Amino acid sequence: MSVVLDFERPAAEIRTKLDATEKQYAANPTPELDAQRIDLRRDFANRTQAIYRALSPWQTVQVARHPLRPQTMDYAIGMCTDFVEFHGDRVFGDDRAIVGGPARIDGRPVMLVGQHRGRETRERVERNFGSPHPEGYRKAHRLFELAEKFAMPVVTLMDTPGASPGLGDEERGQGWALAANLATLATLRVPVVCVVIGEGNSGGALAIGVGDRFLMLEHSIFSVASPEAAASIVWKDAKFAPQAADALKLTAPDLLRLKLIDRIVSEPVGGAHADPSAMIATLRSTVAGEIARLETVPADRLVSDRYEKYRRLGSWFESSRPATPVGSV
Amino acid sequence: MRNLFRRALPKVAGDAGQEAVPDLWVRCGRCREMLYAREWAEASKVCPKCGFHARLTIGDRVALLLDPNSWQELDADLRPTDPLGFAPAGRPSYAEKLATESLDSGQSEAAAYGRGTLDGLPVSLAILDMGYFAGTLGSVVGEKIARAFELGIAERRAVIVVSASGGARQQEGVVALIQMAKTAAAAQAFGADRLPFISILTDPTLGGVTASFATLGDCIIAEPGAVIGFAGPRIIEQTTGEKLPPGAQTAEFQLRHGMVDQVVARRDQKAMIARLIRLFSYSTHPAQDSTAPASTPHGEPRVVATAGVQ
Ligand SMILES: [Zn+2]
Repeated sequence: MSVVLDFERPAAEIRTKLDATEKQYAANPTPELDAQRIDLRRDFANRTQAIYRALSPWQTVQVARHPLRPQTMDYAIGMCTDFVEFHGDRVFGDDRAIVGGPARIDGRPVMLVGQHRGRETRERVERNFGSPHPEGYRKAHRLFELAEKFAMPVVTLMDTPGASPGLGDEERGQGWALAANLATLATLRVPVVCVVIGEGNSGGALAIGVGDRFLMLEHSIFSVASPEAAASIVWKDAKFAPQAADALKLTAPDLLRLKLIDRIVSEPVGGAHADPSAMIATLRSTVAGEIARLETVPADRLVSDRYEKYRRLGSWFESSRPATPVGSV
Repeated sequence: MRNLFRRALPKVAGDAGQEAVPDLWVRCGRCREMLYAREWAEASKVCPKCGFHARLTIGDRVALLLDPNSWQELDADLRPTDPLGFAPAGRPSYAEKLATESLDSGQSEAAAYGRGTLDGLPVSLAILDMGYFAGTLGSVVGEKIARAFELGIAERRAVIVVSASGGARQQEGVVALIQMAKTAAAAQAFGADRLPFISILTDPTLGGVTASFATLGDCIIAEPGAVIGFAGPRIIEQTTGEKLPPGAQTAEFQLRHGMVDQVVARRDQKAMIARLIRLFSYSTHPAQDSTAPASTPHGEPRVVATAGVQ
């Protein structure tokens, strides 16, 4: 399976030429063909790098949603050992849009929780396209409490278009489930490392995304709403999603500049989908490093630092005080 | 949805010399009955014919819940900024919208908080108002909610938050989103002191407000008929193609589904809140309960008239 995004086309054309030349060279290894293929390799790398260095916000959204981009289960298997998937909220059911359970990263047991969108149509439907139901958030809540009980750091991977907005979700208290997770994560007495691996939209992402460290993969997005939803609020028309993506400041570099996130995790040239195993290896060592550092902080201090971090976030004028900065992290 | 009670403008035909009195009558937003404005206002804007609860201003809420002259608003000088430089192509920028919003509504933001007494009990009260930017949760609202909880901790006050909001303020992007985490953390910190948090959900309470502080109350009270939910009805229908049955997402729907503790009419809210604060404080904060008798008659809301002491 190969998926070429519109703006990747110039690089893809070089790639096609390169593949043909490589084949010719294999059959007939002349010095001319050798020189040609080396040139093409360099051109391909340069062009890809140039494209990815200058992604527009809307192009970033497309990369974040790329069907071949590694998803939570890819990380659970590739980044961890001993992963055991836990099912169900013990009240209503098992939501397939959120997966989680204990696992090891570099030998250290952690609690892994993330949204998983799925790839083929059937799996995507089964997982509600990565939009969790309330029982998914309640499963996550159960796992957060288990993590605290057994002193395991929590690692969350965000990848969701948003919390599911159906009538059944309303009947089962979607808003209540999200709020409970925010409150619990705010005071959890173990390290919490949150990573946006794809699309991190709205309260549906935030409900597994409150922690001591908040990371974004280089080409992921984090937003108050999906660009489509924001467009239908601001323009009354979802077609303006690209314009909404521009206005929302949802890319990792923009959010780091605004001090709303802690760190950007570099992706392989051409995005995580160009080299999933390199991406997974990078995230593994990054998360392991973050956990090791947080584990040196006593629990009381961890919780009070986390509170202060969120308490300071915001931007307002106040005549009695100097203007506040946007972020704090 | 904004002007549920539209002013009826009586036409005085053919008499140029006579002034119309536009404020004398209002029309109920639900049953369309013409109502005498003063009686309607005295009934806290509840229709005497059909019980419809019209939206209230911050001032109306204070009058409804707090003892006379006890309200002391704090940090009223908080003003919004434009943290993202939000300038959507072809639409008014956030900076422009903020300027016109203040002119239209005469308000500086969508929430107020402060201290006061409720039936003699010291409380920290925060109120959201649909009249400014649809009550949306941005930095100023988030900061005021967090400070309301901190005031509760610092002065041993119960916290009451009256919500009315369309959700997170899109124009502040992730800054608005993170106010959900910030207010939820503040509510959680407040809870550690075992002081009661009473959350009142009014029409409408949606999106990021439902998904944060508003649903973290020790007791959740909803106003009759209020639309309460996470996704708004329009989003549900657009996203899923499901047609909502009548009465979905009302206060009564949420009561039936176990999401709120009580649906309480406006005229009974103050007595209900006072009763709850006393019940919760009896063991944990006996000083809060000093004005209460040993017990109150079962089922009979007890209202004690008090002077507005701080
Ligand atoms: Zn009526």
